[in-house]
Amino acid sequence: MNTSYEPKIIAFCCSNCASSAAEISHVMKKMLPDNVKVVQVPCSGRVEVLHLLKPFEEGADGVYVGGCQEDSCQYIKGIKKAEKRVEHVRKILSELDIEPERIDVFSLSAARGQEFVEIACEMVERIKAMGPLPIKINA
Amino acid sequence: MNEYRSGSNLEKVLKAGHFAFTGECGPPPGANVELLKKKAQHLKGCVDAVNVTDNQTAVVRMASWAASLVLLQEGLEPNFQMVCRDRNRLAIQADILGVFTHGIRNMLCLSGDHQKFGNHPGSKNVFDIDSMQLINLVKTMRDDGKFLNGQDIDVSPNLFIGAASNPFGDPSEFRVYRLAKKISAGADFVQTQCIYNMKRFREFMKQAVDMGLHEKCYILAGVTPMKSVGMARYMAKQVPGMDVPDELINRLKGAGKGKVADEGIRFAVEQIEEFKEMEGIAGVHLMAIEWEHRVPEIAKMAGVLPRPKV
Amino acid sequence: MIVAEPKPIKEILEMTRDCGKILVVGCKGCVTVCNVGGSKEVGILASTLRIAAKRDGKELTVDEHTLERQCDPEYIDELKDKVAAYDAVVSLACGVGPQFLSERYPAQKIFPGVNTKFMGGALEHGMWAERCAGCGTCVVHHFGGLCPIARCSKSLLNGPCGGSSGGKCEISPDVECIWDMIVTKLMQEDRLDDLLQFRPAKDWTTARDGGPRRLIREELVK
Repeated sequence: MNTSYEPKIIAFCCSNCASSAAEISHVMKKMLPDNVKVVQVPCSGRVEVLHLLKPFEEGADGVYVGGCQEDSCQYIKGIKKAEKRVEHVRKILSELDIEPERIDVFSLSAARGQEFVEIACEMVERIKAMGPLPIKINA
Repeated sequence: MNEYRSGSNLEKVLKAGHFAFTGECGPPPGANVELLKKKAQHLKGCVDAVNVTDNQTAVVRMASWAASLVLLQEGLEPNFQMVCRDRNRLAIQADILGVFTHGIRNMLCLSGDHQKFGNHPGSKNVFDIDSMQLINLVKTMRDDGKFLNGQDIDVSPNLFIGAASNPFGDPSEFRVYRLAKKISAGADFVQTQCIYNMKRFREFMKQAVDMGLHEKCYILAGVTPMKSVGMARYMAKQVPGMDVPDELINRLKGAGKGKVADEGIRFAVEQIEEFKEMEGIAGVHLMAIEWEHRVPEIAKMAGVLPRPKV
Repeated sequence: MIVAEPKPIKEILEMTRDCGKILVVGCKGCVTVCNVGGSKEVGILASTLRIAAKRDGKELTVDEHTLERQCDPEYIDELKDKVAAYDAVVSLACGVGPQFLSERYPAQKIFPGVNTKFMGGALEHGMWAERCAGCGTCVVHHFGGLCPIARCSKSLLNGPCGGSSGGKCEISPDVECIWDMIVTKLMQEDRLDDLLQFRPAKDWTTARDGGPRRLIREELVK
């Protein structure tokens, strides 16, 4: 397993909770690891299956969605939709013999800046341990 | 009607007003004729006719017509069963002519369990015609001498037409009407699914009698002796339209280890005694599947021996 | 609508194993409505194929195109100038699509990307059920607007059979017994006579049993 590589991770974060948490983390001077690139979306429910697949196509090793908790979503069902779509992508990855754990979805509350950073770090560790997106060596 | 429709033993017994007693014998899952003959011998002399099942539960066995012929050779009268699941109208009519030619005189017309239940679940579904249409077809062939398409048959098959009835099936309020419909379609005799809830069956029979169905058709009540508490529970939970009262299950439990089967037989015998007296019931159909060797004793205990010779 | 489901990815990968340039073609008809073959799903399949290629270290181009329908020659024609460039075309339309494409572009390798299931409608979003078997002689009005040919596991016309239990078909607790529904409805409407009426054997010539079917409307043919 190649442990010296740095995974590339894309995080789709809703502009409500996730971004508030990001701001707080900034204030707390907790830095997001460089591996994680945040893409802000109006609501986690707006992230489509294709948006979640594209990063893998373009070389990402992991993807996650950050959204509000179920009872605080401004658009009511955002996080539930996100969970279903992430599950669908997990199935696609499994069918491609790629670890479904490379994608995940988290719900956080707006105030939890620390948690926002912790989630990012958790994903980095997880994806690092898995290695880069598996590439078969041509015989 | 003074003449017999088919001249079968079962028809003669019923027409003479005797309480009929029929049994059942499943063909072997192969060409094991010896096994079939052995099972048949237990039933000989104890019953008026023996139902021969047709790929029951959609599990492939020796063809019902073939096993029926073996039974004929052994000196028993078969009640040839045919399901609609495996044959189209061409094969059905051809088989009816074939079995009649070889001496079969009773035919039970059934839908058949869906092939999903059996050992060839990927097979094509036929159901070209349904059991109601099959009953009517046999009647048309016999009484009008015509095929389904209206063409004349050179020598008509004279079969005694049977149908099945599930008194406790769903939707329950329709069941007696469905029985009436089968009788209108041409059923000469009907065998019910096995009964355990006597009270509920009495109510069903009252409806049937009120509608005069027992005057148009011979109704035989189904009896299956319980071999074990497990069997009773399975029947209660897993078989559609089966009503197994808790009292019966408790009675079987109370019999004690090793004595449950005998208690089951005792209950079956009590049922048969009651059916003898029940208005509208012309006989009993005993389904002691894979328990044929106990039929003589059940028949004796129920006082239905010797069988009448008409 | 015609309802289809996606083919397993592994099956599509196996079909297109030796192809370096693939065109995924969708359809804005039925398969868009049942979320299996519209432009969105074309995009998802294309992306999935590209990820698989990346995984295998292979070069692969996957292009996307969604036609108005794949059951009309005029729309199939739209691909005539681009199709030759591809090693394979994966059609996400119902079974008609791959066949129309194969007929029009016989030199191309055309693959079906979905499994066509039945003619049916939506029960709720994401759930569809079979309603019509295309028997060619519709008589649902005899049965309270319910079709026993399509919806009875045994296509009984004089049902129910003895396997009906608690409103469910013997084959599965997930399958409703249509005869239970027919009987309940007609008895509620005081139509016992309709239920007692003997329905004779069906003439299956107008169904698929009669052979592959063709329909000509003289007044429309130019």
